[in-house]
Amino acid sequence: MSQRSPLSEVKKGHISTLLSKGKRSDGRNLDEMRPVSIIEGAIETAEGSARMKLGNTEVAVGIKMGVGEPFGDTPNKGVLTTNVELIPMAFEEFESGPPSPMAIELSRVVDRGIRESQMIDLEGLCIEPKKEVWVLYVDIYALDYDGNLFDASSIAAVAALKNTVVPAKRFGKGEDFQLPLRSMPISCTTVKIGDYLVLDPTLEEDEVSSARLTVATDENGDLRAMQKGGNGFFTYEEVKKAIQMSTEAGKAIREKL
Amino acid sequence: MSYGDLMSMDLPEGLKLIDEEGKRLDGRRADELRPIKIEAGVLRRADGSAYVEMGKNKILAAVYGPRECHPRHLQDPTRAIVQCHYNMLSFSVDDRKRPGPDRRSVEISKIVGEALEYSIFLEQFPRTSIDVYIAVLQANAGTRCAGLTAASVAVADAGIPMRDLIPACAAGKVADTVVLDLNKEEDNFGDADVPLAYIPRTGEILLLQMDGHLTQAEFDRAIELAKGGCTTIYGLQQDALRRRYAFAGGDAQESEQEAGGNEA
Repeated sequence: MSQRSPLSEVKKGHISTLLSKGKRSDGRNLDEMRPVSIIEGAIETAEGSARMKLGNTEVAVGIKMGVGEPFGDTPNKGVLTTNVELIPMAFEEFESGPPSPMAIELSRVVDRGIRESQMIDLEGLCIEPKKEVWVLYVDIYALDYDGNLFDASSIAAVAALKNTVVPAKRFGKGEDFQLPLRSMPISCTTVKIGDYLVLDPTLEEDEVSSARLTVATDENGDLRAMQKGGNGFFTYEEVKKAIQMSTEAGKAIREKL
Repeated sequence: MSYGDLMSMDLPEGLKLIDEEGKRLDGRRADELRPIKIEAGVLRRADGSAYVEMGKNKILAAVYGPRECHPRHLQDPTRAIVQCHYNMLSFSVDDRKRPGPDRRSVEISKIVGEALEYSIFLEQFPRTSIDVYIAVLQANAGTRCAGLTAASVAVADAGIPMRDLIPACAAGKVADTVVLDLNKEEDNFGDADVPLAYIPRTGEILLLQMDGHLTQAEFDRAIELAKGGCTTIYGLQQDALRRRYAFAGGDAQESEQEAGGNEA
């Protein structure tokens, strides 16, 4: 992200000095995520939900479902919609109104992490081909922002989908059933500060970083989605290292879900 | 079944809002509040915050400010303004709500913001804005009152000088009985709803709405019940702030002793 104030040059110097000693300002190792805490299913009005804290970053995810028409090119598949709302409650620079480019990038990256990994068996959400399918809304709200909404959002979305029950009874479509899931991709994000790569950046680290790489991996350690952001660059070696850090961290988080 | 269907439907057969013993669907008596939990200082980024559970309502409030006023044309050279945003999250209701403000939330934001304005010493912060954000995570009737209750604690948590805390709750009429703090079923199938914000210390009424049908005597009873509810909630608001700011050891004990007083 860009430098917002003269202070960030000082901050950047401080963070870089620490990094050269292998340290971070909150005491973590370079390849260490912040503590993760997840409360699943706390919102009864949602079909599935999760509130998640990643350090001081907090998000709430709710899954709502309805019955609708399938898209013409996928007549036997359910419809998935993912939306991230960066509400002003979470951060002084988030504004209400139409979604910012940051919110749209986040929504799309989280959406790809779920969609392209084929985590949800969308064919299992078909009611009658060409006519009726289940429509699934994944709504993610940032409540408290201290960096790395990519991982907080996507991990919380996975946690919420895991406890989602399709409300078939309410819509007169038979008995309720557990949302059919196949794999569980976990996204982990690394940023580059100077020549160092750090996992799960805080807002402070995010602000002084030059580039960002989000990597979603599955239980086999295979890659399921990636997104590079920021106006800096990665070398290929750095990309490999970021992938390795994300894979390891993803494994640890998957065990907690 | 959609929310709209529920609203227009008659009471489902066999469903009694109040039984022979005078107990309500959730087991409460007519003058009983739902269980309430209030916590102050739950978010790190905001200047002040609070979380309120009132029955099945789950509500977060955050306060930023006093800070530079945006949009600039709203700036007042003599005092601060309060900009309140009440927001129902999409999954807080049975049928998904489209994210973003609608007419209902704009109205609620306005009246809740106005109630808060009265409680804050605005003249101390000319040209600034105090921004209040209310997020309804789960809704079950009475969210504007729970939202105001939470927002007022969040303003206090932000350290903004204020006259007093504002508690709020609703009363209404269900199955020919005036009851306190309607839940969703009672709100949908009841006859009247009266949200009230009232400061017990001064008797000031800061928010009042009514819809449905009440006789004047029933209205008096509803206000009496709601005032009682506000008095209880007022105590819980103070407790939440004491828990947040009590020091371990001596100070905690001191605040225990003060809990009987009304100095907050």
